[in-house]
Amino acid sequence: MEKKIIYLRDTDSAQQDRINDFFTLFSNELRDTNLIEQVQLVKIADIGLYEKGVTVKILPENIVYIGIKNNDVKKIIEETIKNNKIIKELLYEKKSKQIRAVLKNCGYIDPESMEDYIAAGGYKALVKVLTEMKPENVIDELKKSGLRGRGGAGYPTWMKWNFARGMNSLEKYVICNGDEGDPGAYMDRSVLEGDPHSVLEGMIIAGYTIGSSKGFFYIRAEYPLAVERVQKAIDQAAAAGLLGSNILGSNFNFELEIRLGAGAFVCGEETALIASIEGKRGTPHPRPPYPSVKGLWDKPTIINNVETLANIPQLIAGGGAKFASIGTEKSKGTKVFALTGKVKNSGLVEVPMGITLREIIFDIGGGILGNRDIKAIQTGGPSGGVIPREFLDTPVDYENLGKLGSIMGSGGMIAIDDTDCLVDLAKFYLKFCVDESCGKCAPCRLGGYQLLRILEKISEGNGELEDLNKLKKISYAMQKASLCGLGQSASNPVFSTIKYFEEEYRQHIVNKRCLAGKCKALVYFKILPQKCKKCGLCMKNCPSNAILGSREAGYVIDPQKCIKCGACFDICKFKAVMKE
Amino acid sequence: MKKDRLQADLEGLVRKWKDKRGNLIMILHSVENIYGYVPRDTSLKLSRLLDVPLARIYEVITFYNYFKLEPPGKHNVSVCMGTACYLRDAASLIEEIEKILHIKEGQTTKDEMFHLDVVRCLGCCGLAPVMMIDEKVYGKVKKNEVVDILSKYVKEEE
Repeated sequence: MEKKIIYLRDTDSAQQDRINDFFTLFSNELRDTNLIEQVQLVKIADIGLYEKGVTVKILPENIVYIGIKNNDVKKIIEETIKNNKIIKELLYEKKSKQIRAVLKNCGYIDPESMEDYIAAGGYKALVKVLTEMKPENVIDELKKSGLRGRGGAGYPTWMKWNFARGMNSLEKYVICNGDEGDPGAYMDRSVLEGDPHSVLEGMIIAGYTIGSSKGFFYIRAEYPLAVERVQKAIDQAAAAGLLGSNILGSNFNFELEIRLGAGAFVCGEETALIASIEGKRGTPHPRPPYPSVKGLWDKPTIINNVETLANIPQLIAGGGAKFASIGTEKSKGTKVFALTGKVKNSGLVEVPMGITLREIIFDIGGGILGNRDIKAIQTGGPSGGVIPREFLDTPVDYENLGKLGSIMGSGGMIAIDDTDCLVDLAKFYLKFCVDESCGKCAPCRLGGYQLLRILEKISEGNGELEDLNKLKKISYAMQKASLCGLGQSASNPVFSTIKYFEEEYRQHIVNKRCLAGKCKALVYFKILPQKCKKCGLCMKNCPSNAILGSREAGYVIDPQKCIKCGACFDICKFKAVMKE
Repeated sequence: MKKDRLQADLEGLVRKWKDKRGNLIMILHSVENIYGYVPRDTSLKLSRLLDVPLARIYEVITFYNYFKLEPPGKHNVSVCMGTACYLRDAASLIEEIEKILHIKEGQTTKDEMFHLDVVRCLGCCGLAPVMMIDEKVYGKVKKNEVVDILSKYVKEEE
């Protein structure tokens, strides 16, 4: 009998973990049936299912049983393990809304082993390209596939490559943009760390297609493991003859080098990234000329995002038409999102384009923490916008998100619930962009700073209604007049929060209240006498002696002395302290 | 001791990179990795070895967040203020650390034990809020756990 593995996991979060009991039950049963040598039992930390009771996964058949009770154990061993029969009543039918294409190898292969990657079908596309395809065939496949850049703007990949291919130059460059600086996004990191060879393969194919012999990986220095693994992958590929001269017997030469980012968000912008590889300050240049005409060291250059490049091998191997069978009319394939914020299951998800936001947040993300109400979704990081919950049923693609005033971006997706203040959120993102503005052009350098000052004024309770107009005007000017994508989109969070949540701004400005309780100056703490048990804990913990009273008379907060630290709110066991 | 070794290394480093275009940032990374910051005399030497004006080197160092001009503390405490951590109240962690160590963001304690930085996304958003001490990442940190985490490093010293 082939050796089997049983993964065990209690997926109910509410109950006490029962997995040790089940582990014992299974191992006793296996011992009794003399199968203990052939079956390995493993308790695992995550099985990809939630709130489904005790769950087991049996490998190599990949059978998943859910909601297992004590007396099912015997049956599972007897029927499935011994006789290879499936127990219908317990079987979990896979209805996962995720499709793993880019992430298909992540977590399944050893990222430091090229053999593993090849065994999983890797480098097949490269062989196909070098032996059967001309560069124009590759462009045709890309065109058929409808693949668009996954870094944010969604520019068709085939056009970018075709421009560079058409340029008459002895030197051309391929750059992989791994400067994933968006707070709240870590897709590129996972791909670089989990499946570096797929990106490598994509780059070699890109090099062949545009006629380049040199490529650069630009990776954030904050991702040391990614850097290490990519370097290892480059060394392995070079040793195997997949990099260097006359690759696979063809007359195509290509080499790759790593260049490190140094913590500048603006370097994700392609012209700034080029400056950074050249060893200079990462300040952007006006476009045109586009990098595909005049890029690194003034030579034609293509810059692709990690995820775009990781899509290339499977696209070529399976053909453009197959790739295009997933997705919507104008956005094809899958997209990886980093789902974070107030969702129950945060993590990376890979979904087909066209899935609705609701499906991502509720079916895959499991809903909002503490079953609170969702207020909005933020996509695209500091350059994106918020989408209010009325639009939860919008299918996700480049056009739809753009219409709603947000962007696909590199794939950050953040769920916001009713305890989050959108004025504060806009301030947070803006502060990020103000810090990261390179200072070269005035609209971004000055506009961002002015926007931030107005938002600070509003959150401190000194806002005036006229400020709303000012915010809109400055945002508009920045969008139209900034030099690069950072400045043009830096005002998006402000713009979109005013568009959808003007009422919340008015609460701050007119009523001087922050209902979510995030803007400290606009929060007031109050003790509710009907809930107060007069324990006095709040008084003991108040750092500014703002709570007056006694165990007999009860307690009140002196608003003059209160510094709004929230210590009383946190410490009260009876929820008698109220924020308003 | 460490410094002597680097000075010898510096020439090797420059030799390794000299003929490659756009080498300055990569060389600075190597210097930063050894010292934890870029000392002024190293910059001066680099300027001579690479035949690049000192101003060009400083222009690059001050542009990028990663390069520092001041020596860091023995243990580098970085609190993540990416969006996910921000939403899960990383601000309270910073407040707590500032209270415990009596330093503000970007400062080093008097005994040069801890240096506190507030950083952009550490890329562990699923574990928010996250803090990192040296190379070790602490996920889902609660405010009241901060004291224990920091005191572990103090105890190690003793």
